[in-house]
Amino acid sequence: MTSEEIILAIKDIIQTIAPDEDLSELKTDVRLRDQIELDSMDFLDIVMELRKRYGVQVPEEDYKELATLDGCVAYLTPHMQGKTLKVGV
Amino acid sequence: MTNERYDAVVIGAGMSGLAAGIRLAQFDKRVVVLDRHSLWGGLNSFYKRGGRRYDTGLHALTNWVPATEKSTPLPKLLRQLRIPREELQLAEQSHSIVKVGAVSLEFGNGIGRLEASVAQAFPREIDGFRRLVSAIQAHDPFSDVVDASSARVRLGEWLRDPLLIECLIVPVAFYGSAREDEVEWDLFVVLFRSMFLEGLARPMGGIKTLLDALKKRFLDCGGILRMRSGVSRIVRDAHGAACGVQLDDGELLECERVLSSAGRVETQRLCDVPPQPAEVGQLSFCETTSVLSQPTRSLGHTATMVFFSTSEHFAYRRPAGLIDTTSGVVCASDNYAHHEFGEAGIVRVTCLANHAVWSTLDDEAYAAAKTQVAQEMLAAAGRVALDPRPWTSAFDMFTPKTIHRYTGHVNGAVYGSPVKARDGSIGVDKLHLIGTDQGTLGIIGSLLSGVTAANRHILMANQR
Repeated sequence: MTSEEIILAIKDIIQTIAPDEDLSELKTDVRLRDQIELDSMDFLDIVMELRKRYGVQVPEEDYKELATLDGCVAYLTPHMQGKTLKVGV
Repeated sequence: MTNERYDAVVIGAGMSGLAAGIRLAQFDKRVVVLDRHSLWGGLNSFYKRGGRRYDTGLHALTNWVPATEKSTPLPKLLRQLRIPREELQLAEQSHSIVKVGAVSLEFGNGIGRLEASVAQAFPREIDGFRRLVSAIQAHDPFSDVVDASSARVRLGEWLRDPLLIECLIVPVAFYGSAREDEVEWDLFVVLFRSMFLEGLARPMGGIKTLLDALKKRFLDCGGILRMRSGVSRIVRDAHGAACGVQLDDGELLECERVLSSAGRVETQRLCDVPPQPAEVGQLSFCETTSVLSQPTRSLGHTATMVFFSTSEHFAYRRPAGLIDTTSGVVCASDNYAHHEFGEAGIVRVTCLANHAVWSTLDDEAYAAAKTQVAQEMLAAAGRVALDPRPWTSAFDMFTPKTIHRYTGHVNGAVYGSPVKARDGSIGVDKLHLIGTDQGTLGIIGSLLSGVTAANRHILMANQR
């Protein structure tokens, strides 16, 4: 999966969890929770959806790596190798 | 195949059980929610009589906030359950009243109306009241820290007039304190926020609207709901940990974890653990529902809820006799911004009652007692709000015996055990309490309890 696809994958997961948030203007280098209303319960859901959709396991101590979209790309790239983007699930 | 192993068995298809079930099914856990009855909902359910649907439990949903607010319990909860807010069709209350002795306070959604009412009735207390509100606003509603000190004592840090303190205690106690004559401070803070800082609303269509949304979401996620499937025993392995349940008909279901909303002492009994006397709840209620031939507001009564104590020293305890009509709640279910009652009104009256006294009566005496107590309750409602009798076209009533029959709660104790288990533990590994006896309150509290338990004990545990 390319960096762009990983960003699409994360944005689609966030849109599933928080359908009323506008994600079109999200900056990739700013903390997600500083741009939209996301708390620790929502981060658990992002992690659970990554596992459900892509079989990727993110241990609790690594949640902090997912704070920004750039962080997501850096952390997830090795785990998402060869996986197919699933959106609108 | 009956012996497939579940990731979780949930006992009770009430608010907490369905919420926990949704969270687990949403992430592909194998989960079954069991209930002894044919209708789901638990303490908050509904039934039909004479072609009309009656709600049990629901007077108002707390934690109402405008749809633009995202960071309070209600929107966070709906997000976790992935239920769109529009599905609940929430209608705001008109306003509500607290009457203690000769004093009366009004509150609406948001703190403004209560603050103005306190300023008028207790002008010397308003500065202290504002400081109290600020202190509660600063408190984190999701905090795990338990502070079980007396709310009456703690309120003395801000307020001097014991009558004002009593006015704040009465609605909070009726909304869900399981301890006689006491409201714990952290419970007070949560309920003050839920009722007064946020507000009250009712789903159009009553409790069924919410229950339908929960059930649909659970089934859509692949959860299994089994009604008429009472649990007779929680099965434990060689190390004492829960590993399954046995149903009333003998069927065994194996699982990794058990989440029980049956109540503390009721769950202990399922595990063959003897409860301590202090753990058994004592507070139960009688409730009447009067269907009126015209809207309640057309009779001059516009308030949604009236919480009352005719005494300035509110006695929140099990009465010596059948009923205590010196305090209670009167709720006009049609005094919400929109409702489905057309030209009818609905008035419900709730008062403290004694389960032991009701259960000693034989059938004939029980029927006679119901008739007599109903008259006392409706007359009491007339003294503080509205006596619905002259306009009543249909009537029904439940007693502590009814509550016991439908919820399984020992003593018909609506709010369960006075000893809450915030961490959900009763000392049995892989078994977690959810719902009322986990210490959360009201419908929103119960739903949050189920969500939190599923997250903490199962979903997050899986990530480690």
